[in-house]
Amino acid sequence: MAMNRRKQNRLIIIAAAGAVLSVSAGLSLYAMNDKIVFFKSPSDIANEGLVAGVRVRIGGLVKEGSWQRDGTSHLFVVTDTAKDLAVRYNGIMPDLFREGQGVVLDGARSAAGDFVADSVLAKHDENYIPAEVAAALKAQGHWQEDGKTYGQKSANP
Amino acid sequence: MDSVLQSFMQNLMIVELGHFALVLALVAAILQTLVPIIGAKRGDMQLMATAGPLSTVQLVLVALAFLALTIAYVGSDFSVRNVWENSHTLKPLIYKISGVWGNHEGSLLLWVLILALFGASIPMFGRHLPSRLKANVIGVQGSISVAFLLFILLSSNPFLRLNPAPMEGQDLNPLLQDIGLAIHPPLLYLGYVGFSVTFAFAVAALIEGRVDSAWARWVRPWALAAWLFLTLGISMGSYWAYYELGWGGWWFWDPVENASLMPWILGTALLHSAIVVEKRNTLKVWTILLAILTFSLSLLGTFIVRSGVLTSVHSFATDPTRGVFILAILCVFIGGSLTLFAARANAVQSGGVFAPISREGGLVLNNLFLSAAAATVFIGTLYPLFYEALTGGKISVGPPFFNLTVLPLCLPLLLAMPFGPFLTWKRADINGVAQRLYAVAAIAIAMALIGSVLSGHRNIWSMMALGLGIWLVLGALSETAFRARWQWSNPWQGFRRAFNLPRASWGAMLGHLGVGVMVLGIAGAGMRTELIKDMRAGDSVELAGYTLKFEKLVNETGANYRQDVAVFQASRNGKFLAEIRPAKRIYPARQMPTTEAGIHTIGASQLYLSLGEVREDGLIVARLYHQPFILLIWIGTLIMALGGALSLADRRLRIGAPKAARLRNPNAVPAE
Repeated sequence: MAMNRRKQNRLIIIAAAGAVLSVSAGLSLYAMNDKIVFFKSPSDIANEGLVAGVRVRIGGLVKEGSWQRDGTSHLFVVTDTAKDLAVRYNGIMPDLFREGQGVVLDGARSAAGDFVADSVLAKHDENYIPAEVAAALKAQGHWQEDGKTYGQKSANP
Repeated sequence: MDSVLQSFMQNLMIVELGHFALVLALVAAILQTLVPIIGAKRGDMQLMATAGPLSTVQLVLVALAFLALTIAYVGSDFSVRNVWENSHTLKPLIYKISGVWGNHEGSLLLWVLILALFGASIPMFGRHLPSRLKANVIGVQGSISVAFLLFILLSSNPFLRLNPAPMEGQDLNPLLQDIGLAIHPPLLYLGYVGFSVTFAFAVAALIEGRVDSAWARWVRPWALAAWLFLTLGISMGSYWAYYELGWGGWWFWDPVENASLMPWILGTALLHSAIVVEKRNTLKVWTILLAILTFSLSLLGTFIVRSGVLTSVHSFATDPTRGVFILAILCVFIGGSLTLFAARANAVQSGGVFAPISREGGLVLNNLFLSAAAATVFIGTLYPLFYEALTGGKISVGPPFFNLTVLPLCLPLLLAMPFGPFLTWKRADINGVAQRLYAVAAIAIAMALIGSVLSGHRNIWSMMALGLGIWLVLGALSETAFRARWQWSNPWQGFRRAFNLPRASWGAMLGHLGVGVMVLGIAGAGMRTELIKDMRAGDSVELAGYTLKFEKLVNETGANYRQDVAVFQASRNGKFLAEIRPAKRIYPARQMPTTEAGIHTIGASQLYLSLGEVREDGLIVARLYHQPFILLIWIGTLIMALGGALSLADRRLRIGAPKAARLRNPNAVPAE
């Protein structure tokens, strides 16, 4: 009798576990289709095109001399040295946003055809290049493994 | 002065002594791993008895190494590469000290120090542990030390010298020059690493093939302590990010945040399932598995943070060999413990029977939802890695994913939470429990509706969160009131009875109440007002009923930085409230700018001002927020931690108690 009840209870627990897990798996699968953002380089965008409204993440360098700003509205060009992408952004730039430095953007192409970023990430450490940017530059053959900055700054105290 | 100190220290070779102490600590850890476990296997009391002293020796040696590095930092000894890379003579003393763990090598040394501290505390607090269990636990703990000491010595040695020694250091990343760095990592590591003890207990139990309610009673205080520190660590980290990053947000679903959230979720599940093992001697195999998985996720978190495989705000400059090393540690410990689990789990006898609607059933449900939530966070965090490995493409998984997957799992869990403590063991009467909570539910719904009308906010999610928070807070309070048989006719007697309830019961209540308070804070954060504005001196702006006037821009010089401060005056209905001073800083050593938010707290709400840009001609771009009730998020987590501390105090009283777990009167506990 006790064994039967134990089996019955175990079945109930297993059923509940199955239900919760399938709900969470279902949610994850749905979210993976819908909420995941693909990473693209400016060359990918130039070669493959980009449908308006599809959110992507872009990595590259901010092109020298391309940054124009007026209060909170910014225009700049992101490049992986092969291809360029003009970007519009309305908001406050992170402290480490600079021309010639790596940047990661989230955004989408607007109906008008230009690329509008809704978030701009520049990294917290000035020696650090985001992995995506490094990948985009490597793809273009412009990457040197000189990551070690040791020795450069020591001379002048 | 500094140079005198420097040469003095170089003569003393404190750094070399620290390095040497670390090597000796490795030897002690190897002995600590082998001797007690062999002793336990052979039943040799003398070999088993070495466990305690060896763990103390290891702690002393690691502490010496840590002290040596700290001395090098305080004395600005730039002949040590790690100091040169992360320090500066002008840096304030507190950041020279906290800078010890503000980098990869030093933070690992802190990790190992805390690991050794926990290892040495096991014999200190566990005098009543059976000697075989104690020997095995300390041995397993030693093996973790071996792995991480090897890692430090072989690939992340903080004691390497530079020749010739540079005159000046490169300074610490300015974002880390904050009191947050002094508090957040040590607390977080106390949490992460604290779960190594529950892991060691689980592995030791598998080695012996024996788990009983006494085992759970020994494990629970450690799980509680680790959980308590992890709660505080995550909470402080969140507040630090909130005020330091200047985005006004408090949780970003960043991989590193997720890495600390996963062990927290499973650790919470472990706390609850260990209760079932202790009181009812069942769910034992599951609890062992949870203990293993929780620490595995702590290791995974260390791997994610230290290897830089995932793009995150926390990434230090990365070195692939380190990632591979930690991955190897991960495989050995997770793989090894799970293999042991698979082989030995059958030896653990299963215990008492319970109906699905019962306290046990409620705790199983809690564990189910928490595990599912941890699993979804795990999938979302690591999916970019799997995706890249499988297809070569790069993706990012951000807040939309987690909001869609984790929140729906939290909702039923939180809705069910007030029921849990009302349920009786073995079999419960759900209708009776529901009757006690009808009033609470009605009040919660009514207050959510009133709140939505009063605030004028029609944001459905914030209103749901508001109602949920009230439901949780009142639900927790009503359970204590019920337990104390509190009545309107005689409130004082009820309060007195409530006061005399066991501390563990108060701990559980505060834990649940804290969750409710946190949910209220989240509801408030969802109703924030945000404004981005170009302003010149003299301009005023209205924000959520407050007037913010930009008075002037001033230049200031700090110890190792310069800053432009925008002085704002906040007022309400013409009445002056406060001066708020957001700033833009430049740290010349790294030529790195940072943004310092200006914050004024009103009750639990905050005015949060942050500068986007300061132009030569005096124009500033300001980002202004009113964050209603946002402080409740962190106050809630503090209440949760307080609940943990109270429960821990209760456990301390009962350490060494015999099997009968539910003695009401602590004085009646016979000595064993």
